[in-house]
Formats: sequence, structure tokens, C-alpha cells
Amino acid sequence: MQQLGMGQAVNQALREEMTRDPDVFVAGEGVGVSIHDNPMFPTAGLLEAFGAGRIKDTPVSEAAIAGLAVGASEAGLKPVVEIMFNPFFTLASDMIVNHAAKLRYLSGGKSSFPLVVRMKSGAGIGAGCQHSHNLEAWVAHCPGLKVVMPGTPADAKGLLKSAIRDPNPVIFIEDMLLYFVPGPVPEEEYLIPIGPADIKRPGKDVTVVTWSKMLGVALKAAAQLAQEGIDVEIVDLRTLVPLDKETILNSVRKTGRLVVLHEATRTGGFAGEVAAVVMEAAFDSLKAPLRRVTGPDIPVPASPPLERFYIPDEQQLIAAVKEIL
Amino acid sequence: MEIPQAKKMEMLRSLLLARRFEESLTELCKIEGKIPGMMILCTGQEAVGAGVCAALQPEDSIITNHRSHSHLLAKGADPRTLMAEIFCKRTGCNKGKSGTLHLAVPEVNAPCTTTVVGGGPPIAVGRAFAQQYRRERSVTVCFVGDGATNEGSFHEAMNLASLWNLPVIFVCENNLYAGAQRHEEHTKVKNIADRAAGYAMPGVVVDGNDALAVYASALDARTRALAGEGPTLIEYKTYRWRGHGESDPQLYQPKEEIAVWQAACPIPKLRGDMLIQGLISADELHALEKKIDAVVQDAIRFAEESPYPEPHEALEDVFA
Repeated sequence: MQQLGMGQAVNQALREEMTRDPDVFVAGEGVGVSIHDNPMFPTAGLLEAFGAGRIKDTPVSEAAIAGLAVGASEAGLKPVVEIMFNPFFTLASDMIVNHAAKLRYLSGGKSSFPLVVRMKSGAGIGAGCQHSHNLEAWVAHCPGLKVVMPGTPADAKGLLKSAIRDPNPVIFIEDMLLYFVPGPVPEEEYLIPIGPADIKRPGKDVTVVTWSKMLGVALKAAAQLAQEGIDVEIVDLRTLVPLDKETILNSVRKTGRLVVLHEATRTGGFAGEVAAVVMEAAFDSLKAPLRRVTGPDIPVPASPPLERFYIPDEQQLIAAVKEIL
Repeated sequence: MEIPQAKKMEMLRSLLLARRFEESLTELCKIEGKIPGMMILCTGQEAVGAGVCAALQPEDSIITNHRSHSHLLAKGADPRTLMAEIFCKRTGCNKGKSGTLHLAVPEVNAPCTTTVVGGGPPIAVGRAFAQQYRRERSVTVCFVGDGATNEGSFHEAMNLASLWNLPVIFVCENNLYAGAQRHEEHTKVKNIADRAAGYAMPGVVVDGNDALAVYASALDARTRALAGEGPTLIEYKTYRWRGHGESDPQLYQPKEEIAVWQAACPIPKLRGDMLIQGLISADELHALEKKIDAVVQDAIRFAEESPYPEPHEALEDVFA
């Protein structure tokens, strides 16, 4: 099986869907000619393959980029637009929050908006808090948006293909560090449906619910805990909206213990939603209080030791698991 | 430019229909419990919607804003389902989900009424991009007020539309007020059209109460857009007779100023021209007014007799 980084997997998905459907186009800052000339990046080589008519380099205008997607998708095209860094979402947010998410509802179901907004996210790039700020809980809080946050290259490819074919607006968040972590990606064409979570590691003692880059942290922690005889089940949500409550609840009913792990800051983070789902439907199954392992409530700092402090790691997860065992 | 008689009739009809429609709303929204929510009207500005939409073809699109009724009616929206939506009824064009503020009528290529000031221009750019991408011979009109031209999104959209030569017509209906602020209190440039120069696109100032001048200028912009010459910004000078919304006591609008603009009402202007030129007789005019009144009364009756949506219908239409 081919080994690809997540950026390369996204690139394959874009190429396949653009080849399949002439209504698919890509727009954003540097999606054609980029300041990042790196074959591991998602839009590398697309301009050469598909031309300037379908690979649209835009000005630095996030509201216009997102509006382009809203207007073009209602007219029947399938835009895949890129917001270069997750924090720049704020500049595009009116188009996404007030328009992409709401216009179908406001039309009484007459219109649909088959658009994808790809956002590059994650701390660990040393760029500080205006380039690193995970805002998935913000978009998950807006009815009308689907929110996808893959943790492996294979998931990213299959989910992005589904997102492009989905008749709804999909926010697709890629962690940039994962661009450089190779993983197996099937050679043949495949889709992964938006919605179902994936159990990345079955276990019986404690459930860890996570997504995106933190999946890797969870897997490493689980390997260490296994050496101590602690069997962790890892539920990779992959999709925050719609949320696969059944898989979460089934896992917690089995293990009786829950830790939710995400990189985003703690207060108002999506772990709170997962915790509430479990408390409402599986409280009786819990043998111990649940735990959250998250980024602290601070902006992401630039200095390497500070940034390392910010990003949740295996040791924090291991400690949380042991607390509730 | 010689404007065909049929176009003049179309504009007169649009003007009269929008005026009658909104005069009814002015009265209806005073009745407690009749129409939920806000009521924002374009009384006095109807020549902009009438003239611009007369210059368009059915395949052309409009993106409009909170002061949308005249635009939508002129584009051909069904008065019955529009009125029912304004009444928030289940038979409304958006099943009661939008109410008067966000009327979406995709069946006449008016897919978006946005009440976020400045929300329209980026979406119009997207719509026009789709038209260009598919090599369609059609354009998108974006109606904004003068206030919207101080939003960043307006400027991002103007730049991108110009850069990519998109077939957009930015129509600024300058009704002299943005909320409670007069033009000179919110914008330094005298003419909004001057802002076009910053984007290397033509900016035109036109009398927005002269339907024929509105029509001619919009037709020019449409021709430019279809020729691949890109967008145009047209500023129509007009005036908001009513407040921002019907609950606005208009304390900041001098009565004398309102009177001056009411004397420049777009309806007698067009009607007078057509009578003098013999394009319509007094009898025909009377018959037209009666017919329009019947259309509005029928729409109101339809809206009043329609049921509200069932509460659980609130859960429908979020996702496709």
C-alpha cells in the first residue's frame, strides 16, 4: 500500500474528484502558486494538472474566498476553498456562519450549498497563536455545517472525497503536522462516509475519545499503558458534526471509563459536548468521573518550550487514565 | 436610448406593485400580532428595483438585502408566497423559516436576501464566478445600501470581481441614510460610485428615482459584463421615505427633507411621461392600478388564510 502524508492524501482526493466532476474547483490563497513549494502540501501540482480556470489563486481576502464558495455552490458548482490557517477563519466567518450554514434553512430547503472549506490547523509549527488556534468547537456550534477532522492520511482522503460530494457545507480541518506523518493509503478508489467514528484501537479498560493530531498521542499512550496491562480503546471521532454518539456510548458502556483528548483549549471545547452526551445517556455505566485532557486556556505561544507545554502529550493522557482506573 | 414601450409598462407595473404591496405592509404591521418581527420597507426607492430588473433576463441573478421587496417583486417573485412568507406562514416561499428579512426565491434566480449588511457582495461574486465558469450569458446583480459600502466584505468582493472580470453589477441604492446616520456622517466620499476607481471599474451616478435612467444604466452595465469587461458599480441616488424599519420614529430625518423627496416620487415621474407620450391612457392606467390592487389583496388574503407551520417543522431543512 502507498505511504502518504495527509497533505498528499488530500491532494489525491482533490485530483480524483476534479477529474470525476468538472464542477469541482479549488480556490484560496496560494493554492496554485504558493510560498510553500513543498510536495507534501495539499495543493502541490494542481495548477499544472488542472489549469488556472479551475485552480484559482485568490487575493488575500478570506471573506471573498468564503463568499465565492457560498455563491458558486448555490449555483451548482462544487467549490473546495482553503483558509490558509485556522485562525483566519474569523475573517471568513460571516460567510460561513451566517450564510453557508443558514441559507439553506432560510430558503425553506429550496437551496443547497455543496461547498468544502479546508482549514489548516494545529499547534507545533512555531508560528504562534494567530496561525495556530483550533476552532473546531466554534464551527461545530453552528447548525448547518458538517465538521470533519481526520487523524490519518487514509481517513483524510476518503472523507474529503465524501465532503466534496456532500450537498451540504463541510468544514474540513487538517492538522499541518500530519502532512509530514506518512501512513498507508489504499491504492484503489474509496470513500469514507461523513459521520461514523472509527475505533482505532479496541480495548476494555478505558475509552479515549479523540480526533485529528491527538489520535497519534492517544496511540502512543495506549502502547505504553498496554505494557502496564491497561487496555485502552481509542475512538477516533473523525467527524464532529454529525457526531457518532452510538460509537462513543457503546464504548463507554463497555469500558465504564472515559477520557476525552483534544488539542484545542479547554473551556467551551468539544470535549465538553462529548462529556455531556455520555453523562446524559451512559451515566450509569461510568465507574469513575470522566476526564478531559486538552490544551490549557491560553493562546498558543511561539517559543518551543512554551508551545510544547501547550500541546497535550502522552504523559498527560497516561496520568488522566491512571487517575480514573 | 429608445426604451421599448413594453419595458416601460413592465417598470410601471413593478413600481405600482411594490408601492401597493408595501403600503399594505405599513398598515398591516401596525395590527398587533398580524406580522411577527421587523418590517423594513423600500417605499420611495422602488424605481431602482423596477429599472434594474427590467434590464435583466430571467437567467440573470440578483442577490439582495434587508430592503428587498421591490427587487424580488420586479424579478418576478410570486406576490402570494412572498406575502405568506412575510406573514411567516407555512405556505410562504420559505415555509416560514425566513420571514420578511431573508426571502429566498431561487426559482426566479433570487437565491439570497441577506440581512447581514455587506453579506451580499461576496456571494454575488461567487454566483457570477459560476456564470463565468460555465460560460453562461448571464449576470449577477448585487443590491446593497450605502451603509454596506463601509463593510470590508464589499471591498474584498469589488476587488475580486474586478480582478477576475466577473459579470457582476454592484447596485448601490444610496437612500441617504444608513440606520440613523446621514451619508456625510458615515462616509467621507460624496459619491459612493467614486469607490469604483479603487478597483479599476467604472462607477456611475444615476438618479435613482428615474426608472428609465435606472433601466438604461443597468442595461449598459449588463452589456459590459456580458462582453467580458467585468463589473460596474452604479450608485442610484434615492431616498428612504420610511425609517430604517417601521418601528423607527425617524427623529433624525427632517420632515422638510422627506417632503422634498416625496415630491420627487418615482411613480408620477414615469406615469406622467407615459401618459404624455400616449403610451398608456388614463383608463388603462386606472385598470392597471385596479388589477395590481387585486393582486395585493389576493396575496394578503392568501397569507391571512394560510396556517402557521407546525412547531416540529422547525427541525426540517437544516441539512440537504
